[in-house]
Amino acid sequence: MTAPVQTPAEAAPLGPGCSVIGSGAPHLDPSEPAAAIPLETPEYAARWARRQASAHRELYALLDAVRDPELPELSIWDLGVLREVREAGGAITVAITPTYSGCPALAVIREDIAACLTRAGCQGFAIVEETRPPWTTALLSRAACAQLRAGGVAPPVTGPVRCPVCGSAETALVSEFASTACKAHYRCRNCLEPFDHFKMLK
Amino acid sequence: MSLLEAVVGLGDDALVLGQRLSEWCGKSPWLEEDLAMANTALDFLGRARLLYGYAERLGGCDEDAYAFQRDARAFTNLQIYELPCADFASACVRQFLVDAFDALHLEGLSASADAELAGIAAKARKEALYHRRRSAAWLVRLGDGTAESRRRMQQALEELWGYHGELFAPVAAEARLVAAGVLPDRAALRPPWLEAVTAALGEATLELPAAGWEADGGRQGLHTEHLAPMLAEMQHLHRSHPGARW
Repeated sequence: MTAPVQTPAEAAPLGPGCSVIGSGAPHLDPSEPAAAIPLETPEYAARWARRQASAHRELYALLDAVRDPELPELSIWDLGVLREVREAGGAITVAITPTYSGCPALAVIREDIAACLTRAGCQGFAIVEETRPPWTTALLSRAACAQLRAGGVAPPVTGPVRCPVCGSAETALVSEFASTACKAHYRCRNCLEPFDHFKMLK
Repeated sequence: MSLLEAVVGLGDDALVLGQRLSEWCGKSPWLEEDLAMANTALDFLGRARLLYGYAERLGGCDEDAYAFQRDARAFTNLQIYELPCADFASACVRQFLVDAFDALHLEGLSASADAELAGIAAKARKEALYHRRRSAAWLVRLGDGTAESRRRMQQALEELWGYHGELFAPVAAEARLVAAGVLPDRAALRPPWLEAVTAALGEATLELPAAGWEADGGRQGLHTEHLAPMLAEMQHLHRSHPGARW
């Protein structure tokens, strides 16, 4: 069986955080032109601007080492779980948000943040969970989609779900839920690979 | 009814349904459905934790005390959530009925005058719409499926139908919170819910049951005989080993 030939005109519209104007993503997707620079969503741009304007940029950089335990290819910053690092009355507060209400990874993420900051010599910080405004996939960083594909997970897209291995759009939904609530289970009809799809949540 | 009692009631709805859904892990028709049921259960468990967390900030007790240290009479969930749903058809029908309700109710609640409730509802609604997509697909697949699957779905619908009214029954004690814009008016959600359910049942070739008796009393702590055994299992570990940690 050969892969269907795709032209750029047939390429699926990409989801939030996944727009490309060229290629360069670390996978072979014949639908994407060469030399891609992912564009960002307004939601991500606002996060990035807040991080850049923060007096605690070095703490954000430190926390880039904290990964999601169930999607280890993504940092909590790239996933949008790390909302803000702020200071009030000399105390540092790290605000995080759950992807899904029951996401069990959040407890591990809290421990990992505490360990990361403690190792760096920070003391007396607080970690708080905030649900307003709710998390959506639009908060994903510009790097997240390529990182997901590299980890074998199809990123959230508006068009057909493409196989992260061969790039084919000939895929079938197996189950609305996969190994975690944030993913659905798919199968590639072209290369037969079973894979997870990071669901779009608007 | 105080805001605290209203928040705990909503938390109980979510916890009890989450526990019922989690019972399907390992008993579903196939592995993918085990995962889907468990993931849906996790969304409801997460919703319960957000609501119990808010209840604690309102002066209530902590989430473990709400979940594990109360007897059935102290739970104020509506009865539709506590039913055991012994076959998969029944679990699918119940899920569709409550998902269709959630989509409307959480939309109203996300406009609550209470910012905390509004925030929790806005988050839960995103998940509820996804749940509804899945349960509506099962409704059609099994309703418009084989003669046996259709028979079971229709039977489940008839058995569950009496419990849907409680979703919309105005609770006198809630009137003040509804008037203050904290809680949506449940009675007003009934016509759009019935319209959506009627359309979905039509697609699934199932028949809308005739109106009959309606369950009542869940918010006052009155329950079916099914809740206490469920709690006994859910609370066993915590009560046998109080304060134990992993």
